[in-house]
Amino acid sequence: MITFKNVSKRYADGYIALNNIDLAVESGEMVFLTGHSGAGKSTLLKLIAAIERPTSGVISISGQNIAQLKPAAIPYLRRKLGFIFQDHKLLFDRNVFENVLLPLQISNFDNNTAASRARAALDKVGLLKKEKVMPITLSGGERQRLCIARAIVHRPIILIADEPTGNLDVEYARDIMTMFKSFNQVGVTVLIATHDASLLEDTQHRILSLKQGKLAA
Amino acid sequence: MIRAWLTQHGFVFFYTLKRLASTPVTALLSITVMGIALSLPTGIYVLMENLQSMSGQTASSPQISLFLKQDAQKEDIDKIQQRLQADSQIVDYQFIPKDVALAQLQQSSGLTDITTHLTYNPLPDAFIVYTQEKASDSLEQLKLAMQSWPEIAHVQFDSAWVDRLNALLKLGRSIVFMLATLLSIAIIAIMFNTIRLQILTKRDEIEISKLIGATDSFIRRPFLYFGAIQGLSGGIAAWLIIVLGIDALNGELLPLAQLYEFDIQLEHLSLQDSISLLLFSAWLGWLGARISVANHLWQIEPK
Repeated sequence: MITFKNVSKRYADGYIALNNIDLAVESGEMVFLTGHSGAGKSTLLKLIAAIERPTSGVISISGQNIAQLKPAAIPYLRRKLGFIFQDHKLLFDRNVFENVLLPLQISNFDNNTAASRARAALDKVGLLKKEKVMPITLSGGERQRLCIARAIVHRPIILIADEPTGNLDVEYARDIMTMFKSFNQVGVTVLIATHDASLLEDTQHRILSLKQGKLAA
Repeated sequence: MIRAWLTQHGFVFFYTLKRLASTPVTALLSITVMGIALSLPTGIYVLMENLQSMSGQTASSPQISLFLKQDAQKEDIDKIQQRLQADSQIVDYQFIPKDVALAQLQQSSGLTDITTHLTYNPLPDAFIVYTQEKASDSLEQLKLAMQSWPEIAHVQFDSAWVDRLNALLKLGRSIVFMLATLLSIAIIAIMFNTIRLQILTKRDEIEISKLIGATDSFIRRPFLYFGAIQGLSGGIAAWLIIVLGIDALNGELLPLAQLYEFDIQLEHLSLQDSISLLLFSAWLGWLGARISVANHLWQIEPK
């Protein structure tokens, strides 16, 4: 599903974020990506969504080499992904429902289908009752769940989460992990970057750990 | 697919109207500025169209006066009449015998005293010829051709005022064209800046939309709609300014027309010109937005 071959990312200032990464994530797998902040977790995730481009190497997603993707093709790659951003990236001038609707409007869904799908996604994360609320009034945990609803509403084949439990209480964090597991059980490939060690205790899922831009064994 | 496309565009259209309505003062001010800018060249154009159609009523068939020699006989007059009839450039003509001409002179100019003392009629027989030629070159040629006819003493044609009017109208057209060009550029610049500010305030929305798979055309669309709708509104404002302006001028012209016993009323913009004005203004707004979007959107790339 996702493969990296000899992928490196060096920034213009000479900083090497990723150094010769090789990895493969199978379809339907759930994988954790750990490491200290600055280890290159976010860069790796951004490479998958073509937010950043690799300096060298091949990245392929469902057989498509995205290192050489034309700019015009990038939107269609991103529509296959559900991305949960570290800084949420919610629109604060739109209510909860409209935030979840955005990916569907972008993908040209008609109004009725879009509305019912958006409500279904909000129902899954338990925010259906707050659909008319503005995001500014939501708690941290609720905002995180809103992000998840927006990331899954267009039924992506890959779900990517960057520090999804960042500033959340243990209980909230557990709720959110349960959600990810349930998405994975219906066949979505899930990739979660986290530095939260408590999430990784007694997990049966594969853990990739990054250290200074390299994958540790 | 088509339905989804229509839904999309319908959504953006109403969203844009809502956005305009959410800042009514700013929107009205911009629309007024555009309306005034557009109404200037359009207004001059309307006045010129009126001037041309008014002058057209009098100058559409220029008159040429043919004066015969004093000793012209009946047969000569018949021959000239035949030539005039045969000439396709001549629409109509009128024969004025010298007696009639003298009688008219006596009646109209109050020169009765002088004319009664004349021992003979000094006036020649004359034809007044109406032609459909308007270009001064071909009129000049016609004049030369007639001059060569037998028994013609003099051909008189005052082409100067037609030339003058044409030159004035040509000058007017250049002024309209220059004004229209300059003010169009100004409108594009205004729209460029308006959209630039909007893009800056919508930075987050643009970035997030790009992150979740929006194409460039999806992101451009609301700005282009905004430009086109605001441009169209500016066109409507210009149209209203001109309609009201012409009504006001016609009100002023009415007593003047009565004094001079002359039917003078300014015509409004034709339907075709009105539609052209609206389409052009919408296009100007769209173009300003398009240039602005092309210049600013690429600067907003998600990091």
